[in-house]
Amino acid sequence: MRKIWEFFKGTLVLVSKGSKAYYAWMVSLLVLMAVGAAAYAYQLQNGLIVTAMRDEVSWGFYISNFTFLVGVAAAAVLLVIPAYVYKWKPIKEIAVLGEMLAVSAMVMCLLFVTVDIGRPDRFWHLIPKFGILNFPQSMLAWDVVVLNIYLVLNLVIAVYICYKHYNREEPNPNFFNPMILFSIPAAVSIHTVTAFLYNGLAARPFWNASILAPRFLASAFCSGPAFMIILFQVIRKYTRIDIKNEAIFKVAELIAYSMFINLFLLGAEVFKEFYSDTIHLAPMHYLFFGLKGHSNLVPYIWTAMIFNVTAFFLFLIPQTRENYVTLNIGCVLIFVGVYIEKGMGLVIPGLVPDVLGEIYEYAPTGTELLLALGIWATGFFIYTLLLRVAIPILTGEFYVGDDGVKPVIVDTEFIRRVDHLAEQSYRD
Amino acid sequence: MPNEGVRAVHAHRMSRRKMMKGVAAVLGALAIPAKEAPASVWDAFFQKNFRELSKEDLDKVLARLEKEYSGRYGKAVKVRATPPIEGVLYGYGLDLSRCIGCRRCVYGCVDENNQSRDPQIHWIRVLQLNKERGVDLEEAEQYYNPAKVPEKGHFYMPVQCQQCESPPCVKVCPVQATWKERDGITVVDYNWCIGCRYCMAACPYGARHFNWKKPGLPAAELVTETHYLGNRPRPVGVVEKCTFCIQRVRNTPGRYTACVEVCPVGARKFGNLLDPESEIRYLIENKRVFILKEDLNTRPKFYYFYAT
Repeated sequence: MRKIWEFFKGTLVLVSKGSKAYYAWMVSLLVLMAVGAAAYAYQLQNGLIVTAMRDEVSWGFYISNFTFLVGVAAAAVLLVIPAYVYKWKPIKEIAVLGEMLAVSAMVMCLLFVTVDIGRPDRFWHLIPKFGILNFPQSMLAWDVVVLNIYLVLNLVIAVYICYKHYNREEPNPNFFNPMILFSIPAAVSIHTVTAFLYNGLAARPFWNASILAPRFLASAFCSGPAFMIILFQVIRKYTRIDIKNEAIFKVAELIAYSMFINLFLLGAEVFKEFYSDTIHLAPMHYLFFGLKGHSNLVPYIWTAMIFNVTAFFLFLIPQTRENYVTLNIGCVLIFVGVYIEKGMGLVIPGLVPDVLGEIYEYAPTGTELLLALGIWATGFFIYTLLLRVAIPILTGEFYVGDDGVKPVIVDTEFIRRVDHLAEQSYRD
Repeated sequence: MPNEGVRAVHAHRMSRRKMMKGVAAVLGALAIPAKEAPASVWDAFFQKNFRELSKEDLDKVLARLEKEYSGRYGKAVKVRATPPIEGVLYGYGLDLSRCIGCRRCVYGCVDENNQSRDPQIHWIRVLQLNKERGVDLEEAEQYYNPAKVPEKGHFYMPVQCQQCESPPCVKVCPVQATWKERDGITVVDYNWCIGCRYCMAACPYGARHFNWKKPGLPAAELVTETHYLGNRPRPVGVVEKCTFCIQRVRNTPGRYTACVEVCPVGARKFGNLLDPESEIRYLIENKRVFILKEDLNTRPKFYYFYAT
């Protein structure tokens, strides 16, 4: 017990120490979080009228971000499978970073849902025993359950791996392996359930398509890993952890396959709607070409299409995949492309035109944008805190001392300047 | 080294204190009652779902609400929770050949059911349709505004809650804040709804409306005879919908809804589907009725028909 307490105290010392760059980064995030909190206070004071949502478009930017971030959380499983099922060493060393990204993404998801609901003071109505969770009828109840399980699962796995590494011990397979294996279907379940949340609504033909859940999974395996690739490079550059090229290229290759499936499924959907040309075409027509002179989403969705197709080719061709300039361009294109396609591009056309044919053009207000910015900053803040502890552990700069109780902290900087890093490795 | 450790821990304590302050501020903003708040605020916060209230608890809740509303609006407000009448299943008929699109029903409903005037919430929406296109919702116009209705070449279709036998909105609610009563009316517990708006996404008829801000309801216009599940004043951040004027039809058996009463052309019919002698049963038997979006299998108890 005392050992765990000392470890915990050690992590607190770690997160409060760092270079100037680390402090600057954290303080800027805190400022953005404060901006978001102010926006939320304003929204609580005045009601959701300060958003651009109305009865016709009753879900908007918050739920779009939520949907996208459920996908980002998939990053973990794409690393877990090669690392632990196929025991591929280059990825196994860094899989914990993916799990931590999943934790951060899940926290952001829960925050986006919280700021979207009209009565956050009644959140306890969702807790079984105290309130009433309408399980299994409501897909939202399912989502509450699977998202929380996934959050806790990834947190436990990540903390456990780190703690074992810190103690210079191997994870206990009887405890660890079942959890890792369970995290794979759990990742699939959060996407499936979130897709079903929309999919099950017969009132909204744009969502009521069986292809939605497979599309969700395919696009999730693009956006999350694309984010991971960029992060890996940043982490590798500014900290002492080593991430091998082959790990990064392998992830990029997996993205290419996922993007192909994503584009194929989207094509199947587009064909069915446009060729059959029923009244259910209206939302898709609104998305891609506009409807009766309303075309807010058109430039965005075409941007997303161009980005996704370009990125697909960049990741497919080995020469561009293994060139860091084109690889990073591809990652940014995918992240932005999927953010549009699976965020606003998925949520808004489900509601436009509305069930009685009315077209209300939704565009988020400043309050919505600032609040979302604050939540993104919170996500980065949490992820940085997790990395601040995990990376020194992985590099052997934070470990239990010879007495087996007191922690030893070698890394006091975390984010270093590159020349400084080179100097240090020279000294080593 | 030990000094540094102490400093770091101290810094951590400082940040934790700040964080706790932040948490307190957020909790305050969330309107979670403070320690010194009156007992009634705590009662409201911890109130159970309507269907789980015992008789005594329900009486207390109704008394608390009456006191709250009477204080807020400066006149005596009655809040009842009259249960369904046995052997009654409400049904509604709307004669499209008579409706002239005057929207008196829209405002009659607003007056009776204490909807927000600012911003305006309408439980009934009247669609202007082209005669040559028939019931084509993609061509519907809600914001028609000519000097005189009806306009040539058009007919009108009011849409409100269709009181489905198989309501998709009820199924999706994550907290069972909305349900179908034994007399067929789908209701919302405004004190239990968390405002997630999933029901609004699920409703195929646009029947559900959200209180995007604190409802603006002038005291002078408040109707004081109310029902817990119906026209009592609503809080901000919850969903509301047509209840077939539950306060009228349950408190005074046989009474019409406000929209039926106000319709100048007699296009609206209302009655008990289980009573073979009722007007609604007569028109189902003798006219040719249709329901909206029958392919969705929601089985509305709201029948459209053309009488002439």
